Amino acid sequence: MSILVNADTRLVVQGITGREGDFHSRAMLEYGTPIVAGVTPGKGGQSALDGRVPVFDTMDEAVRQAGANASCVFVPAAGAPDAMLEAAEAGIRLIFCITEGIPALDMLRVYWVLRQQGVRLIGPNCPGATSVGQAKVGIIPGNIHRPGRVGLVSRSGTLTYEVVQAMTDAGVGQTTCVGIGGDPIVGTSFVDVLDMFNQDPETEAIVMIGEIGGDEEERAAAFCAREVRKPMAAFIAGRTAPAGRRMGHAGAIISGGAGTAESKRLALQAAGIAVADSPSQIPALLRAAGVR
Amino acid sequence: MKLQEFRSKEILARHGVPLILGEVARTPEEARAAAERIGGPVVVKAQVLVGGRGKAGGVKLAGNPAEAEARAREIIGLVIKGVTVRTLLVAPAAQIAREYYLGLILDRGGKTITIIASAEGGVEIEETAKTNPAAILRLPLHPLIGLQRHNVRRVSFFLGIPPELRSAFAETLTALYAAFIGSDADLAEINPLVVTDDGQLLALDAKMVLDDSALPGHADLEEMRDLDEEEPSEAAAREAGINFIKLDGTIGCMVNGAGLAMTTMDLIKLAGGEPANFLDIGGGAKADRVAAAFGIILDDPNVRSILVNIFGGITRGDEVAHGIVEARATLTRDVPMVVRIVGTNAEEAAEILRRANLITADSLDDAAAKAVAASRGEQP
Repeated sequence: MSILVNADTRLVVQGITGREGDFHSRAMLEYGTPIVAGVTPGKGGQSALDGRVPVFDTMDEAVRQAGANASCVFVPAAGAPDAMLEAAEAGIRLIFCITEGIPALDMLRVYWVLRQQGVRLIGPNCPGATSVGQAKVGIIPGNIHRPGRVGLVSRSGTLTYEVVQAMTDAGVGQTTCVGIGGDPIVGTSFVDVLDMFNQDPETEAIVMIGEIGGDEEERAAAFCAREVRKPMAAFIAGRTAPAGRRMGHAGAIISGGAGTAESKRLALQAAGIAVADSPSQIPALLRAAGVR
Repeated sequence: MKLQEFRSKEILARHGVPLILGEVARTPEEARAAAERIGGPVVVKAQVLVGGRGKAGGVKLAGNPAEAEARAREIIGLVIKGVTVRTLLVAPAAQIAREYYLGLILDRGGKTITIIASAEGGVEIEETAKTNPAAILRLPLHPLIGLQRHNVRRVSFFLGIPPELRSAFAETLTALYAAFIGSDADLAEINPLVVTDDGQLLALDAKMVLDDSALPGHADLEEMRDLDEEEPSEAAAREAGINFIKLDGTIGCMVNGAGLAMTTMDLIKLAGGEPANFLDIGGGAKADRVAAAFGIILDDPNVRSILVNIFGGITRGDEVAHGIVEARATLTRDVPMVVRIVGTNAEEAAEILRRANLITADSLDDAAAKAVAASRGEQP
C-alpha cells in the first residue's frame, strides 16, 4: 500500500512537449510510472518521449482513448488553471499541478470548482508525490528514496529532498512522499495527507515538513492530537525569516504576527510531535519514536 | 507588492471609490504649490510602505500653503522605521463626523475573499482585533459568485451606516470589490472611510497589496512599484529572476528552493552565525544565474563568507560545481566559500570544488558550521 499514486496509476502529462514536461516525464517513465498519454493542444497525433507516449489535443481524448486516470500539469501559469479545469471536465479525479506562479484569485475559482467535482488536487507549486518503488508523479528525484514504512508530507521541494535523503542515508525508508505546494491556495492540506497516511496500513510513522505562513501546520497539529496515533517527527523552516516578507514561496509570509515558525513548532510540540532543529535530526527522532 | 497610498487611491478612484486624490509632492515647494491649487486646509502625508507613519510624525495638518511648505520640510527626509521619506501626498483636510474600517483580504484559511469591517475606523485593524474583537465583522464571500447585494446590506447594517448614506456605501463597497478583483489584490483596505461633517462618504486613506504572481498580467500595475523603497540589490535580483531578500547578517547564502533556503538560514543561526540574505536561485542553477547571484550577495559589504547549498537531485552535481567555479572567477571581491552540492556525481563535484580551493561540506549542518567559522576569519 501507499497513498495517492501506485502501479495502477495511468498518468496523463499536460504540457508533455514543453521543456519541463519532457524532462520530468522521462524521469517518471524511467522510475516506472505508467504514463499513458500526453496532452498538448495542436500536437495531437504526434508522440512524445521518443515515441513511447501518444500525444492528444484534448484531455477528453486522453481519458477516452488512453484510459488516463490521473494528471500531472506542467502547463505555464497563464494556462495552468484552464488545464486543471479541462482535466476535471474530462473525468480525471486526481490532479498534480507542478506549475509555479498561478495568481491566487485564479486558484480560488479552480479550488472550489474542482472540489465540487470531487477532484483531489495536489499543488499547485508542488513537487508531486512518489510512492517508493511503484510510481512517481512530478519532479521529486527518484534516486533519493528507499522503500520503507514512513510517510512524508511537505510544503516544500528541495527541502523535502533534503529530508528524504537524510532518512534514506540513515536507513529509514519511505512509503509515499508528498509535496503539497508552497502557494497560499493549494488543493490538498497537511490534514488531508495526514489523514491518508493515518489510514494507510503500510505507513507506520509520519514526517511533516512545514514552513512559515498561514495556519495549516497549526491545524495539522490539532488533527494529529485528535486522530493520529502513529509516531511522528516534524521540521518547520523559517525561524530566521523576517516578518512581512514573502520567502520565495508565495505562501511563506508572516503577516500580522501570525504564521511564525515558533507558533507552528509550539503547536506541534503541544500535540506530542517531536520537532527537529535541523533536517538531519529527523531520522534519529523517528528511531527514538520507535521506527525500525 | 505593496502600493503607496497615492497609488492605491488611484486604483480605487478608477473603480469608483469616493475619494479626493490630492497631489503628489517631492519638495516643500511642490507641497506649497499643491496646497495653493487645492485651497483651504490640507493634510501633508508621508508616502512610505511601513505602518505607524502618523505616530512617527509623518502626517501633519496645514492651514495654508505656507504651512504646507513648512510641514513638508519637516516630513521630507524623516526616517520612519528605517525608510527615508521622499514623497508626500497633499490632500484636502476633511472634517470628520464618523470613521469606519473597510477592507477585503484574500483569506487563505477560508479559501475565499473576506470582507473585514469595523465601526472603529482610523486605528489599525490588528489593534481593534486585540482590544475589541466584537467590533469587527469578518464576512467570507462566496468564492465563485463573489460580492452579492445581501453581503453589502449585512456590512452596512453592522456598521450602522446612516440611511441616507446606504446607497453611497453600497457603491463604495462594490467599487472596492471591483478594484480588488480587477487588480488581483491580496489586500485592499480603506482606513478610515469617513462620513464628513457635510454628510459625504469619503475614503481618506487606502492601502493595497497586490499578488506578485498576478503582476505579469497587469503591466500598468507593475509600473506602480516603488523603487525608492526597495533595496537596490533586491531590484537587481528581481531583474535576474532570483528570489532575494536582504538581511543584516554576515553570511551570504545561495540555495536552490525556497524551503531549503529558509532552512539554510535557520541552520546558520543555529551554528551561531547570522544570515546576510535569503536567496533562492531556482531550478537548474545555471552558470549565468549563479554568477548574478554571487554578484548580488557580494554587493553587501557585511558579507564575510558565502554558503552555497544546492540540492541537485536529478541535476548533475559536477555541472553545478563547474558553474560555481566559473562564476567565481568573474568576481571582483572574494570571500571564503563553503559549497555543498547534493546530486548525481556529488563526488566528482566535490573534487572540482576542492581543486578550485573552495571549502566543501558533507552535510548541511557541517556546511553551516564551516560558513560561520569562515565568516569569523577562522580556518574551517
